[in-house]
Amino acid sequence: MRSAFAIALVLAVLLPLPWLVHSDFWTNLVIMALYYGFLGQAWNLLGGYGGQFSFGHAAFFGTGAYASAVLQVSLGLNPWLCLALAAAAGALTGALIGALSFRYGLRGSYFALVTLAFAEVFRILADSLGFTGAGVGILIPLKESAANFQFASKAGFYLVILALNALGLACAWWIENSRFGARLLALRENEDAARALGVDVFRTKLAAITLSGALTALGGSFYAQYFLYIDPAIAYGPGVSVEALLVPIVGGLGTLFGPLLGAAALQLLNQLASAAMGEAPGLNLVLYGAVLVLMIMFMPQGLFGLARLSSRRLAGRAG
Amino acid sequence: MLALEGVSLSFGGLRAVESASFTLAEGSIVALVGPNGAGKTTLFNLISGFLVPERGRILFEGRDITGMPPERIAALGLVRTFQIVQPFARLSVRENIAVGAHLRLAGRRQALAMADEIAERVGIAHQLDQPAGELTVAGRKRLELARALATAPRLLLLDEVMAGLNPRELDDIAAVARAIRAGGVTLLLIEHVMRAVMSLAERVLVLNDGALIAEGRPAEIAADPRVITAYLGAGAAERMLKEGARA
Repeated sequence: MRSAFAIALVLAVLLPLPWLVHSDFWTNLVIMALYYGFLGQAWNLLGGYGGQFSFGHAAFFGTGAYASAVLQVSLGLNPWLCLALAAAAGALTGALIGALSFRYGLRGSYFALVTLAFAEVFRILADSLGFTGAGVGILIPLKESAANFQFASKAGFYLVILALNALGLACAWWIENSRFGARLLALRENEDAARALGVDVFRTKLAAITLSGALTALGGSFYAQYFLYIDPAIAYGPGVSVEALLVPIVGGLGTLFGPLLGAAALQLLNQLASAAMGEAPGLNLVLYGAVLVLMIMFMPQGLFGLARLSSRRLAGRAG
Repeated sequence: MLALEGVSLSFGGLRAVESASFTLAEGSIVALVGPNGAGKTTLFNLISGFLVPERGRILFEGRDITGMPPERIAALGLVRTFQIVQPFARLSVRENIAVGAHLRLAGRRQALAMADEIAERVGIAHQLDQPAGELTVAGRKRLELARALATAPRLLLLDEVMAGLNPRELDDIAAVARAIRAGGVTLLLIEHVMRAVMSLAERVLVLNDGALIAEGRPAEIAADPRVITAYLGAGAAERMLKEGARA
């Protein structure tokens, strides 16, 4: 219950932000932090809580982005409806990849490689098929209206990504407080012991990757609406996959607020780096690599784990 | 309750379990003993579904469970513990036990409440909030037992839950085992600690080189020449006889 209260508090504090900062630059920055936080949370549900490290979440992200863009540009569907359909497409992709890889017991690096391969296959398909616009990508025509999921002010997008974060946090909270979550954590810790206690490891993993896929696809749909342009490299390229896993690793794997914290820290780092060194292309990836190595070496529990550890130490000293 | 009919399994050229047949009566405590490498744990892995026999059938409460996956066998009420304890290390003791409780209880609150109750019965109530990875060997053995117990099993397979415990801890666990049986659970245990076998078990099955070589009451088994022969190489026969005489 205390964590549910914490979620409500964080969301309530964040809610009025765009009307307080009065700046498109800062609002955009916070939107991007929340966007990465959301992608990180979606990855965290499977990777952090379930211990199944995917290197190919772009497969879900891209599917969501393309489902959203193709359906509204080619079929003229309403973008809000596309958002829901994108989630369904992501869930389906998650279930498909999960069924194939978990059925054959792929774990650890094998699972990571298979997800990476799926994302690459999708990228190549999107690059060569006609209905995805091939290498040219898809430009979503500008039609600014809230009913069309295109807001004149950034505050509208802010509210949408905040709502998605609320959804992501609710899913993480549910995992921490439900039978499904207990089983997911158990199989992360020890699959054989979990099976001996009656946990259906395959079904539990499948449910987790389906949920993770659906949420990641929502992130893809949001991206398409925010930037109004996608191409195969943006949607299915390794960039998204790396950021989705980096954010929770930095923030704290398998924790409620880890992804948000990690995304905020990485956004800050990105801004500082480009202020110090200019916008050299690829700079952020070099930086991410360095951060990832440092985090895994010195702080495998992430920022959130560190905060928890020090608060426990303080409590220990007080008691 | 449980019946094995000619169950066999080999690993390459090694016959790990050779045509094992026995039955367990409901409500009994039966010990499975035998020298190291006799195939006891392999037999547990076969019964609990972690291994599939090449030949033979396994029946649990009249139902053929041969080849069923472990999680389905557990759901039927046949649950095992591991010789090499497998705690969910980063979860608390309470959360560990709750995973077992969730087999029958969907609600989180009910499962956590049941975890508290089971921990009390097994004697780890004071460690409920500790991460399982921080427990001592004795604590982990109890946790292993508690988790299995939380699934409300009908038949419990205990793989060396008493190994490495001191005499006081042994008596505690033996008392817990008796209480479990009194609650209507049938127990099959692999045990090297002969004192425990002799005082706890009503029947003993002796496995050697993958085959069942003797079966009977503990005192009979201790005097069985085949059993003595099986153990002599390890020098354990005399010790077993002495323990048997004392018990």
